[in-house]
Amino acid sequence: MKSDQAIKLLNDEGLRLDGRRLDELRPLKIEVGVLKNADGSAYIEHGKNKIIVAVYGPREVHPKHLTLPDRAIVRVRYHMAPFSVPERKSPAPSRREIELSKVIREALEPAILVEKFPRTAIDVFIEVLQADGGTRCASITAAAVALADAGIPMKDLVAAVAVGKINGKIALDLNHLEDQYGEGDMPVAMMPGLKTITLLQADGIFSKEEFKQALDLAISGIQVIYRKQREALKKKYEKMIRTVTGGGS
Amino acid sequence: MSKPEKIIPLIQKKSIEALLEKGERLDGRSPTAYRSVRITVNAIERAEGSAIAEIGNTMVIAGVKMSLGSPFPDTPDKGVLIVNAELIPIASPTFEPGPPGEEDVEISRVVDRGIRSSEMVDLSKLAIIPGKKVWVIYVDIYALNHDGNLFDACMLAATSALLTTQKPKTVVENNEVKLLEEKEPLPIKTRPVSVTFAKIGSYMVVDPSYKEELAMDARLTLSFSENGDIVAVQKGLPGYFSYDEIMQALEIGEKISRDIRKHLPPIPTSASND
Repeated sequence: MKSDQAIKLLNDEGLRLDGRRLDELRPLKIEVGVLKNADGSAYIEHGKNKIIVAVYGPREVHPKHLTLPDRAIVRVRYHMAPFSVPERKSPAPSRREIELSKVIREALEPAILVEKFPRTAIDVFIEVLQADGGTRCASITAAAVALADAGIPMKDLVAAVAVGKINGKIALDLNHLEDQYGEGDMPVAMMPGLKTITLLQADGIFSKEEFKQALDLAISGIQVIYRKQREALKKKYEKMIRTVTGGGS
Repeated sequence: MSKPEKIIPLIQKKSIEALLEKGERLDGRSPTAYRSVRITVNAIERAEGSAIAEIGNTMVIAGVKMSLGSPFPDTPDKGVLIVNAELIPIASPTFEPGPPGEEDVEISRVVDRGIRSSEMVDLSKLAIIPGKKVWVIYVDIYALNHDGNLFDACMLAATSALLTTQKPKTVVENNEVKLLEEKEPLPIKTRPVSVTFAKIGSYMVVDPSYKEELAMDARLTLSFSENGDIVAVQKGLPGYFSYDEIMQALEIGEKISRDIRKHLPPIPTSASND
């Protein structure tokens, strides 16, 4: 819900309430392989967002009639924990969560080589433990890493960030306050290596020029997130190599 | 998840793509041609506002019901707008009875976003006793015949119904709201229009038909306000767009939105000064 635009989200030096510049991301931390049972998993802290993602599959499809003969089906469940937001959220899936599960799935699926695993399902479970604006994007960023961690062949990772408009200025990576009191919000996901956009949504009011500026800013932010994703994945394998070589000598 | 009955033979997709390579479509349209739009307003007397929107053979009905209720706690001085779209089995052999699925929810939310973000209805004028009693606008949309592009059809039906809504005037006496016999239109600021594109293979078409939707890899819905600002965007389906494709859709979509808007009822004038 957009409220009246009386709230000052930028100070006189042009800095945001949390001290960031307009083109600055919040601190980002990604950990890979955090859950033992899942085939792949990742944990992300993006600003105050804390999100955990598990990937199961490719595995048998239940119910069976959902099976596709030529490719795997991808299923995504985006869910917010009741304690993730200031006012307790009912654990039942809301309309928002239903829509977000759909758009997140459609943002990830273009990257997955689904035709390699006919008659199977790849399940992605996203649990938002703490929300602070931009949860769908942080979820996509973490889910792509979890899919890679599960060893699922992919064309590229998918990285995402939201851009928006606060006090008339285009800003990168909105937090909850900026999303709530700003004039527009535009989540974007990309396969950064392939330069293709797999999620694009917007609400609020953007002129054509602002829209272009926002999309350009999102793309530059996504490059930074992409680097962090690859670093996180590498770190896991470096650790593994150290364990193996350390044990062998 | 795509339902099995929605899978089309690959050969049909190939033939659509082969046509598009020549700049042609199955129904003879050019890639940027919209089908004919028809709007019938005040179709339902019992509703405060209603409209049937047709895009080619696609047909959608929307009805507006107004009631008095409590505001949301975070917007005590604003009316409430609730948009609900349902893809009922009457409209297509691929729709099944049951609670709204994710497609229904997505359409509802995209239509809602277009109306809300554009501030089409000035909700701040619909609080009768701020914090206590506000108007609640229910917009219920039902698909009647699905021949593609339900997103735009639902948007057209919803906005047309809102534009023609007549609600009772009210007076407040001793902190009680009284409804009067006299009617007035809603406070409307702008008429948002959505334009949907389908990407089939490497080609983009506007206003996809049902057959084209079966073949499409990705969908992009852009909503524009009267002055050409972008008020809602939704990419759908497991395909992708390049940067250039999006910018192109923006240019073409904005032009098309102006043509489509001509079919909408005018902005009611008498509401502007209450």
